[in-house]
Amino acid sequence: MNAPTDTSSPSSLRLVLTLAIAGLVSGIAIIGIYESTLPTITANKARELRAAVFKVLPGVSQMQALVYRDGDLVAVEKPDKDEPVVYGGYDEQSEFVGYAMPAAGPGFQDTIAILYGYKPREKIVVGMEVLESRETPGLGDKIYKDAEFVGGFSALSVEPEIYAVKKGTKSQPNEIDAITGATISSKAVVRIINETHADWSAQLPTPGSEPQLEAAETAGPEAEQ
Amino acid sequence: MKKNQSQEEFIKGIWRDNPVFVQVLGMCPMLAVTNSAINAIAMGMATFFVLVGSSFLVSTFRHVIPKQVRISCFIIIIATFVTIADYTLLALVPAVHKELGAFIPLIVANCLILGRQEAFASRYPTKLAVMDAMGMASGFLLALLSLGSIREILGDGALFGINLFGENFEPWVIMILPPGGFLTLGVILLFFNWFKLKKDEFLEDVAAAERGGN
Repeated sequence: MNAPTDTSSPSSLRLVLTLAIAGLVSGIAIIGIYESTLPTITANKARELRAAVFKVLPGVSQMQALVYRDGDLVAVEKPDKDEPVVYGGYDEQSEFVGYAMPAAGPGFQDTIAILYGYKPREKIVVGMEVLESRETPGLGDKIYKDAEFVGGFSALSVEPEIYAVKKGTKSQPNEIDAITGATISSKAVVRIINETHADWSAQLPTPGSEPQLEAAETAGPEAEQ
Repeated sequence: MKKNQSQEEFIKGIWRDNPVFVQVLGMCPMLAVTNSAINAIAMGMATFFVLVGSSFLVSTFRHVIPKQVRISCFIIIIATFVTIADYTLLALVPAVHKELGAFIPLIVANCLILGRQEAFASRYPTKLAVMDAMGMASGFLLALLSLGSIREILGDGALFGINLFGENFEPWVIMILPPGGFLTLGVILLFFNWFKLKKDEFLEDVAAAERGGN
């Protein structure tokens, strides 16, 4: 026991050794748990993403990741880290339907990360799903809990850009009713979509010449719901 | 005698020395993640795992660890358990992990855990240390759960995500926002202090009556 009366001091070597051994054992334990949970964590994330893509693009049953390289949008199996990526959605006959665009930007409290479905031919947004947000519970979190607001993104024109208007005053195809009590969060979602659309619009190919389906990722049995 | 002592160590953490209501430790996770009962339970379980695991190891190796480097060793042990809890939650219940966010790694900084290592586990035999850790962690879990339930019922009209009051209930939104944590905790601490005062008064009255009787 480390009684307070014990005044003899152990050698420095023993102190260093104790810490070194503790650190070593701890490191091995952490590597072990990291290695054993990594496959599940990666699978969870991939499944969440697939489910979100199929949700924001109705009628889509296959998808592939697309990146912009050398002036062209190309299909890749695994995008490089930090490389901007969009997901191409294809129907049963492998016909192109639309893009699922990941987008992120500042919200009321923290970064809001969303995924929205975009059909380039009609130039409309067809769905929006919030992937990550720390908006105020009960107010700002309505951006994903309020079915009316989320439903407002089912046929929203991006020409010339989307406007959030006071609830009940939507009159144009590019206007969406903001949520009462969560104006900042609703406007943040709209601004994120507008900015992402502006960033990508030059890089997306003309409608009709989208990349063919190559490495298809299908819904799979677990994402059927 | 031995059995009674270990029971005593367990019970004291739940009531007499409750880490939250009596010692007022671990306030950061207490206030931050108790906006719903399920979050409170997840945080309570993670803390339980870390505290019991660390107390077991610290107590087992208490003769091996030189006292000059004991705090560093405690922190290494605690941090390892926290990392294990972090990855396990991320793999098994990603939704809950997302809600708790940064507060899982922050269990390392929960003064309740380091406090128990320094004050108890490094001085007592393994069995007592584990009982003490289990008692303290259960007390912490119960405190989190009571706060989480109160806040979820008032602020969301639900418990464990199950709607309690139907459509006409107007949620008292502030209760699930940060101020609600302070309000609820304040009221509970008020109750505990009132209870303690009443108990002391009662004991004094009894003592006075006995003196008068003799």
